[in-house]
Amino acid sequence: MTDKKDNRTHKMSSDDKKQAYEPSRRKFVKNTGLVIGGLAGGSLLGGLVVDMNNTEPSNTTANIAEDSYREARMFFTRQEDFNVLEAATERIYPENKNGPGAIGLRVPYFIDGQLAGDFGSNRKDYMIGPFKENKYDHLYQTRMNRGEVFIEGLRKMNVISKDKYDVDFHDADGKQQDTILQSFDNDEIELEGVSSKTFFNLLRKMTIEGAYSDPLYGGNKDMQGWKMREYPGPRAAYSDLIESEEFVELDPISLKDYQS
Amino acid sequence: MSKKLDKVDVVVVGTGFAGGIPSAELAKAGYKVVGLERGKEQNHSDFIGSKDELRYASRKGMMQDNSIETLTSRSEIGEEAFPIRTQDEVMVGTDVGGNSVHWSGVSKRFFGIDFEIRSKIIERYGEDKIPEDMFLQDWGITYDEMEKYYDKFEKTVGTSGEPDPLGEVRSSSYPTAPTVETPGIRLFKESAETLGYHPYQLPSGNITEHYENPDGQTINACMYCSFCEFYGCDFGAKSDPVATVIPTALETDNYELRTNAHARRIIYDGKKAKGVLYVDLKTGIEYEQPAEVVVLAGYVFTNNRLLMLSEIGEQYDPETKTGVIGKNSNGTNTAGGVRGFFDEQKFNLAMGAGALGAGFSDLTSEYIDNTDLDFIGGGDVEFRQKGSGPIATNYVPKGTPSWGEEFKEQSLFYANRNLSISFSHPSYGWSFNYMDLDPNYTDAFHDPLLRVTHQITEQDKNVAKYGIEKCAEIMEEMGADIIDKDEVPEKFNHNYGPATAGGVVMGDDPETSAINNFSQMWDAENLFVIGASALPHRPPQATVTVGAMAYRAAEGIEKYLKDDGGLLVQAKNNKEVAHVNDK
Repeated sequence: MTDKKDNRTHKMSSDDKKQAYEPSRRKFVKNTGLVIGGLAGGSLLGGLVVDMNNTEPSNTTANIAEDSYREARMFFTRQEDFNVLEAATERIYPENKNGPGAIGLRVPYFIDGQLAGDFGSNRKDYMIGPFKENKYDHLYQTRMNRGEVFIEGLRKMNVISKDKYDVDFHDADGKQQDTILQSFDNDEIELEGVSSKTFFNLLRKMTIEGAYSDPLYGGNKDMQGWKMREYPGPRAAYSDLIESEEFVELDPISLKDYQS
Repeated sequence: MSKKLDKVDVVVVGTGFAGGIPSAELAKAGYKVVGLERGKEQNHSDFIGSKDELRYASRKGMMQDNSIETLTSRSEIGEEAFPIRTQDEVMVGTDVGGNSVHWSGVSKRFFGIDFEIRSKIIERYGEDKIPEDMFLQDWGITYDEMEKYYDKFEKTVGTSGEPDPLGEVRSSSYPTAPTVETPGIRLFKESAETLGYHPYQLPSGNITEHYENPDGQTINACMYCSFCEFYGCDFGAKSDPVATVIPTALETDNYELRTNAHARRIIYDGKKAKGVLYVDLKTGIEYEQPAEVVVLAGYVFTNNRLLMLSEIGEQYDPETKTGVIGKNSNGTNTAGGVRGFFDEQKFNLAMGAGALGAGFSDLTSEYIDNTDLDFIGGGDVEFRQKGSGPIATNYVPKGTPSWGEEFKEQSLFYANRNLSISFSHPSYGWSFNYMDLDPNYTDAFHDPLLRVTHQITEQDKNVAKYGIEKCAEIMEEMGADIIDKDEVPEKFNHNYGPATAGGVVMGDDPETSAINNFSQMWDAENLFVIGASALPHRPPQATVTVGAMAYRAAEGIEKYLKDDGGLLVQAKNNKEVAHVNDK
């Protein structure tokens, strides 16, 4: 389906764009940098505009090197837990012809960072007991915090993989991994203190968040998640574009660019 | 032991529109007002550069800290309620400006029938049309009486819009021009017109042009940047209390804003409110703020819970169906609609504004004929282009797996190729849906949590199904290749969206209502309870009505302070009420 060419796609000229972003023209000029060569799936990106006037590309080698300092674990202590996380998120959001999957987008490091903070420890949630089972599997009703839920779920995934296929989860083949993930999604796995559905919902939700949140959180590497879905990032204004009959493609910008 | 402060004229719990409006009006009139806000101090500079979907829409950065307080929930009387633990499951605002800072902005007025719903339904269809357990009641005020307060609210906040061709009479036009028409909006309007409806551009709190309000506050023009719902406005272009009534109150020097001030009790002597007991969340020090008039203007849950904890008014009992506090809990209704997927057409879905869109009133309670339908009332049909955040909007046609290769493929393909139409209907009060204090769970101060008992009824399901079918007809006319209809839930899913209401309802009879049409409590004449808690039933999009009610309450409070007090409205029944009560 992605092969369908959309004849409404409209390339904006440099002048169009400058006019469109009059409220923050300075920022626009600063932020339109784009390096096509570094991106997977060139055909998808065929419609993207290369701004010849850009003065400060956001994907320079220097920036990427600086960002890679985040490729280390601050929540997960065991490499093997992280291996399971990588493999599981990649099955949920796989690399394909559209572009990178969870690992390429650095989703596992996003999740690791989130679990190390307030969200992972449920700081703003009501965590007073008693905790009782109920019939609503979409609700969070466990005394474990999200970090603990992940450890419980990922380790169980590995145990199941070894029992069933005689390999670690991350060494199992894609079909085997999917079978295990599906059994968690179906709430068929017994975990201690939490339902496997609660764990799976969280894993899926955080994988999507890691693919599409601002790169400041460690995922959505080089805004490739946004580029795949043609999302332009936080921008000052669309007042001059919003009535356009045609689809307008814009290179994404990040909060780093927007706030500076 | 709490520290007693000097008495002021008025103490107001809450800084949203419900609390901010009386604060501004009374401070302008020269009264000394203290505003208590449990959340933090914030102003427009906090919102600049805050376009962060993870922080605000996913992690609910502007919502209440549930570790301090939340609510418990159950479907039926007799069940044990469980606490709503995470911010994903309850959407209650906090911080200065409250929920009114991160609202989407749809600024509709209600129809005349909404204020006199019981009388009108009986007049049209007879009393038998009303199900036995439905608490359908008039509000003790009419649209005509409300009109000048609506007008005042719209002028204060700068509402942008064009008149609904089927709307009620307006005394003046909208202060600012309607929002723009996008290709999607145009497609919706043309399709709705073809089917005989009367679409119009939705009235919007995302203001379309630079506007100075009568208090001298300015609101900027909306840039359609799409960060409205869940966010404070980057441009100061939203009708919110932080741009309007809070600065107006502060500029008078008669208003003192105290943040991190968590109200625990209304001090009450059996006849009158004496003040508010609150904790400073930074220091832990407990204060007693005495006042001539107490205004309770928190979120629905706060208003109900504080009255219950303070033992003011009679708690509603579902067995005897007596008592008024906690009664007519509503708003957690079934909304639904359709999503259309377009294979050949892309839309600029990242661009938008919370209230950018169109709708029509042909199917609302005012216009629908319920004679041969298995429900009462109708609903609002809306098409909106709010601006799609990439985390929240990964829509795929039904039958697509929710993860994996096919999910990724389809969600990317349709990311800019889907449109939705929604139908939202009024939520009515039922004898078995109510609020009281939970017997098991407590907050950070060991006070009982509020417990909500909520069941979805046949009425809710039937009206939702009807609306979804109508939306599907329009989507078909719009030319979608795939049309997915929302499923109507059999049971309440215990997610508390932004639209809860009731519990401290307005009416003309103290037997069935807690407050009169000035939001004054029948049982405590110097206590005014303002907010969506006043709605005996909740038509969709209530913010403007709450704002209008707040202006009426402000007028009432001023009258109460100027004159000799007493009830501002004669009670309909002979129940012993505040000014004649000797107990």
